[in-house]
Amino acid sequence: MADNSLKKISIVPFGPQHPVLPEPIHLDLVLQDEKVVDALPSIGFVHRGLEKLVEKRDFKEFVLVAERTCGICSFGHSLGYVEAIEKIMDIETTPRTKYLRTMWAELARMHNHLMWLGLLADAFGFESLFMESWRLREKVLDLLELTTGGRVIFSVNKVGGLRRDVTHEMLQTILQTLDDLEKECRVATDTFLGDKDVLSRMVGVGKLSPERAEELGCCGPFLRASGVRRDVRMLGYEAYGDLDMEPVTSLEGDCYARCKVRIEELYQSMDLIRQVIAKMPGGPIEVPVKGNPDGEYMARIEQPRGEALYYVKANGTKNLVRYRNRTPTFSNLPGLIETIRGAELADVAMMILTIDPCISCTER
Amino acid sequence: MNVCFAGILEEEMSEQTAKMDIREVEVRDLFSEAALIRHDNWRLIQICATKTADDLYEILYTFGRGYEWKNLRITVHGDDKIPSITKIYEIAYLYENEIHDLYGIEIDLMNYDFQGRLFRTGVQYPFR
Repeated sequence: MADNSLKKISIVPFGPQHPVLPEPIHLDLVLQDEKVVDALPSIGFVHRGLEKLVEKRDFKEFVLVAERTCGICSFGHSLGYVEAIEKIMDIETTPRTKYLRTMWAELARMHNHLMWLGLLADAFGFESLFMESWRLREKVLDLLELTTGGRVIFSVNKVGGLRRDVTHEMLQTILQTLDDLEKECRVATDTFLGDKDVLSRMVGVGKLSPERAEELGCCGPFLRASGVRRDVRMLGYEAYGDLDMEPVTSLEGDCYARCKVRIEELYQSMDLIRQVIAKMPGGPIEVPVKGNPDGEYMARIEQPRGEALYYVKANGTKNLVRYRNRTPTFSNLPGLIETIRGAELADVAMMILTIDPCISCTER
Repeated sequence: MNVCFAGILEEEMSEQTAKMDIREVEVRDLFSEAALIRHDNWRLIQICATKTADDLYEILYTFGRGYEWKNLRITVHGDDKIPSITKIYEIAYLYENEIHDLYGIEIDLMNYDFQGRLFRTGVQYPFR
């Protein structure tokens, strides 16, 4: 008590512009000396109101808007949106569509996780790993460009199917690239996870128990790193039901565990892509879509950062009543604040990066 | 019991929402229903508002347990004040502040009230 009375309470603004934050989010950090005792978030600096556009855009066109919510999770956003519309309209897409969507979703997860690793390394001052991660990520982007024509926005999903098919040669190129990429990634990720500076700054830092992670609505690798075995891909949407997979988890719940889970998911994605290509069915990539949607549905998919929800409400016209995207980062904010409480100020930036926040998605 | 919202009977609504497990509740019952759900170990997944007609809004509460989920829905007018469920689910403040900032619906007794500054929109209540 006497000790506390000597400590000075101060509030330090963190963001919205900060060297480790590629996008604007603000935290008011309440400090007692160098220790964070509370944090209050502010978002909405670049809120775009994309959800409101459904009232003015044709529901088939809107998939292109939904995809542009974010440049990293773009494929997942279009996938979640078309899943919701297809459920409302009772559209069963073709098996090839499901497998190709799954393949692209996993390639997108790989490029997200490699980008995240680079950003985290950069925040550490680990410049060579930053460049190496992004060099490896370029190879994934090359595969996405080869198969979809786009590196950031792919525009391959549409209601009822896909806009583009892939050739046998493209699939062989993906397999060959994955084999090379896996070897190169192992070198980078083993170096990162074994580095003594990484261990000293991350192990035991920012711990979150499984009970609190559940209570605080955490999702994705953030949740699984606390030992909760939940991954929405296990529900079997698209082709996931045909694939052999188990959620990647860790029991420690600290910053290091969150890194381990993401890195392991990188290799899991490679494995899933190989399974998809091995089982890739032939046939058409779209089914006819007649009429307009009437009803409501909430689709759930596992984006690279966690569970994303896509609620769609339609009234039988070409314009929708409501499109709502609950993004993983929005859901992970309370968990992030919980982990920051009690941390040292110097660790806050790194702790933010271990949840891999996507403000662009949050500011949909 | 048939509950009527904006002239639509509950049976008709449940037919429209056959693909989602949604239960309509009165605003006055929201807090107690949420408390019962929490008691059964369901977590809060999301809350969202939808404008369905002039001055009529639906608010959808989604809860999850493992991979299961279910929804509660209330229907309110724009100037109604609805109870916060942050006493039951502490993380509800993010969603409740979002609904306030985008739709202008007043929410009573939130644990963190951002006073309209969670989303710093150029237009006040842009989704209203």
